[in-house]
Amino acid sequence: MSTVDLEAVTTPAVATRQGRAVLRRFLRNPLAVIASLVFLAIVLSAVFALWLAPYGANFTKLALVTAPPGEEFLLGGDGAGRDVLSRLIYAGQLTLAGSFLTVLVAAGLGVSTGLIAGYFGGWFDRFGGWMANFLIVLPGTIVLVAMFTLIGPNIIITMVVLGVLIAPNFFRLVRNLVISVRNELYVDAARVSGLSDGRIISRHILSVVRAPIIIMAASVWGIAIVVQAGLEFIGLGDPTTPTWGSMLLDAYNNIYIGRHLLLPPGLMIGLTVGALILIGNGLRDALNGEEAIMVAPRQRVKDTARAAVAVPSVPEALLEVHGLSVGYAGRDGSTKTVVRSVGFTIARGEILGLVGESGSGKTQTALSVLRLLPEGGMVTGGGIWLEGQNLAGFSDAQMQAIRGRRIGYIPQEPMSNLDPLFRVGSQLCEPLQVVGGLSRQEARDKALALLERVGIADPHRVFMSYPHQISGGMAQRVLIAGALSCDPDLLIADEPTTALDVTVQAEILDLIRDLQAERNLGVLMVTHNFGVVADLCDRVAVMRGGEIVELGPVNDIFARPQHDYTRTLLASTLEDAPVRPPLVPRPPRQQSAGAEA
Amino acid sequence: MTGYVIQRFASAMLLLLTITAVAYGLIYSGGAEVSRSILGELATDEQVAAKNVELGLDQPLPIQYGNWLANAVRGDLGRSWFSAERVSDAIASRLGVTLSIVSVAILICTVISVALGAFAAVRRGWWDRAVQIVSVIGEALPNFWVGLLLVATFAISLRLFPATGFVPLNRSPLGWLSSITLPVTALVIGGVASAAAQVRGALIDVLSRDYIRTLRARGLPENRVILRHALRNAAPAAITVLSLQFIGMIGGAVMIEKVFALPGMGTLAIDATVRGDIPVIMGVLITMALIVVVVNLFVDLANAWINPKARLA
Repeated sequence: MSTVDLEAVTTPAVATRQGRAVLRRFLRNPLAVIASLVFLAIVLSAVFALWLAPYGANFTKLALVTAPPGEEFLLGGDGAGRDVLSRLIYAGQLTLAGSFLTVLVAAGLGVSTGLIAGYFGGWFDRFGGWMANFLIVLPGTIVLVAMFTLIGPNIIITMVVLGVLIAPNFFRLVRNLVISVRNELYVDAARVSGLSDGRIISRHILSVVRAPIIIMAASVWGIAIVVQAGLEFIGLGDPTTPTWGSMLLDAYNNIYIGRHLLLPPGLMIGLTVGALILIGNGLRDALNGEEAIMVAPRQRVKDTARAAVAVPSVPEALLEVHGLSVGYAGRDGSTKTVVRSVGFTIARGEILGLVGESGSGKTQTALSVLRLLPEGGMVTGGGIWLEGQNLAGFSDAQMQAIRGRRIGYIPQEPMSNLDPLFRVGSQLCEPLQVVGGLSRQEARDKALALLERVGIADPHRVFMSYPHQISGGMAQRVLIAGALSCDPDLLIADEPTTALDVTVQAEILDLIRDLQAERNLGVLMVTHNFGVVADLCDRVAVMRGGEIVELGPVNDIFARPQHDYTRTLLASTLEDAPVRPPLVPRPPRQQSAGAEA
Repeated sequence: MTGYVIQRFASAMLLLLTITAVAYGLIYSGGAEVSRSILGELATDEQVAAKNVELGLDQPLPIQYGNWLANAVRGDLGRSWFSAERVSDAIASRLGVTLSIVSVAILICTVISVALGAFAAVRRGWWDRAVQIVSVIGEALPNFWVGLLLVATFAISLRLFPATGFVPLNRSPLGWLSSITLPVTALVIGGVASAAAQVRGALIDVLSRDYIRTLRARGLPENRVILRHALRNAAPAAITVLSLQFIGMIGGAVMIEKVFALPGMGTLAIDATVRGDIPVIMGVLITMALIVVVVNLFVDLANAWINPKARLA
């Protein structure tokens, strides 16, 4: 039995989309529609077999035993002289019904227990999880073979047992989905407003788990068809009713004299199961929606952008971005522009703030400087100059030499930006050795010195720790150390404090300021927080909807914002900005770093 | 890590114990019929009762199970009711056949599916589409049917390989290779189809993670990012998928062995189940369960070795 990893079929986060939009996207996917039509045709032909099949399932003509395809028997005759085509049509009945029974049992059992376990938790959840683990490790086919001794050639009971064996897949899926939505705000709201558990489950939770269940059902149906055929093929089926599996057994018994018998049932199984897989895939894609973009092969810089090799207008700038546009390829081949003609400069030793609300394109701008846009994203226009060199004209290998050594990068979310499988020290030493060309010992010494420099109290312990063993604030210090490890001239910091506690935020900003001054770095500081801008930046560019609406020295913008949007942003953020306390001196850094851990 | 190993081992033992208890309970609950079916319809009630005593079926089920378990732990799984062959001997002579084809198949499957999945995930574009299409086709076709096609083509028409039979490795390495080529191919085609797609998915998932971007931002070469970091992070998912494949293949070997008339565990199971030879069926079930439990134990330990966080679980 092929118990493939059914859990990989769905992701819970996307399950909350609306059903109608999913259906529309599904119908726009030609492969999924064709698969659905094929499957429907197969089901209908089985249902109406009595009228469609040219002969009865057991109509025998001894002259046509293992006859090749001919005029009378279009697909030939089987080992007992029966019409292969007719049997193929009739065989759909028990095959589809038996395997569907498996789906019903597995889904019924798994979904109901999964709902209870996920929604109420407690002992039932633990017991259910244990049962699921138990059933899932049983070698299914062998169990079914052994069951034959007990239940005899009854394929219906066998398929029910198979359903029980497959049920844990539904159980786990539903349980995990329910747990992921149980604590969502709207479910809390429903509970607070006095809705009963039954109403909450039927109204809010079932709508989330419905589509993933259908996807898994399609997959399980396919598996059940294959398992059923396999059992019938080894002779454990019901010999009186034709099925695709028993037809394969007949073909096997006549393999030396009637090889043409092999193809029809095998292809029929393949077609049916293939259609089910494609229907499941189509549904999953429809559910994932716009995220399932058609991915063009690696092409981060469009050729038009390369061609536009203008000269930098401010040659002495450390970084100049001019007319930069960034787009994402959509499924239909169109390009969605997320950054439009953005331009700014950063001088050596200058900190430029890039502010805007989420979705304004500030992170896209920062990542395109590094040429590290997410998949599907590309620079569609403009130029990026680093000390007068146009990076748009660089090959991927040349860009790789720029990253780390010329431009350092501090990410937003500290914990997700360290590889969980490697010790902190190893992650710091790797670029030092590979990019910086240091020896093992030199790299180790430098990494420890860097850890100490970024304010980590016990560098040796952190050096030997795995990422999950250190705090978020420490991880961000480690990432800052990593960004500086190969002594870049420009630092790109993408919301470096957003994910941190307020107290730690101030320390990290201090650290960045100190390091910037010490090394005379140019810094591109991406943030949504005007407090950070006021605290740190020399100049600020305000982004909205992929464009820069205002750019100027921080003091000017704070004193005389020109654009309405800037005024709105300032009004909304100034109040809760972490303002530096000027009166109380901050405690020494070493102590606070120790307290963090 | 030692604590983790002990914990996983204990849980594996508990699982095995449960499987044997449930299987024993289910299979022997129809005990009264057994002696009748061995002796035939003409046997007198006295003969049936005597046979029940001989087989130990007159005792309460828990005691029967206790006796069986006590013997099983010592490696004594009883004797076949029909051939009087020791069950452990029957299994020992068959296990090598099944393990031969399944382990060779899973090794080849691992290499091909990791290479193919990684290639598709990294290159994307047309290669990626091709791998996805092939995987749907491969998953849709039952592997024993692929085996039948292989027999019809390469054994019967072209006469390149023997259609049936098994040659032990220690008798003739070349003969062994020739006798397992087609069955292994049939298993590999189906296995690669689904494993490659899942390796691809796992790797694409890892490649979209933040730390991969950060590693690239540090200036590390792309090859290094993929080979050292991305593949390693995708490894637990790949190992899980391949272990499920292995378990699926062990079960699927029942059909493959019939196609190629190999004297393996699957054939033993079918013969025993058709005759109602319960000690043999129990033996096969226990052996298979033991294999599954060992594989899962290995998977847990491999994941813990790769992922420091998994050791905490």
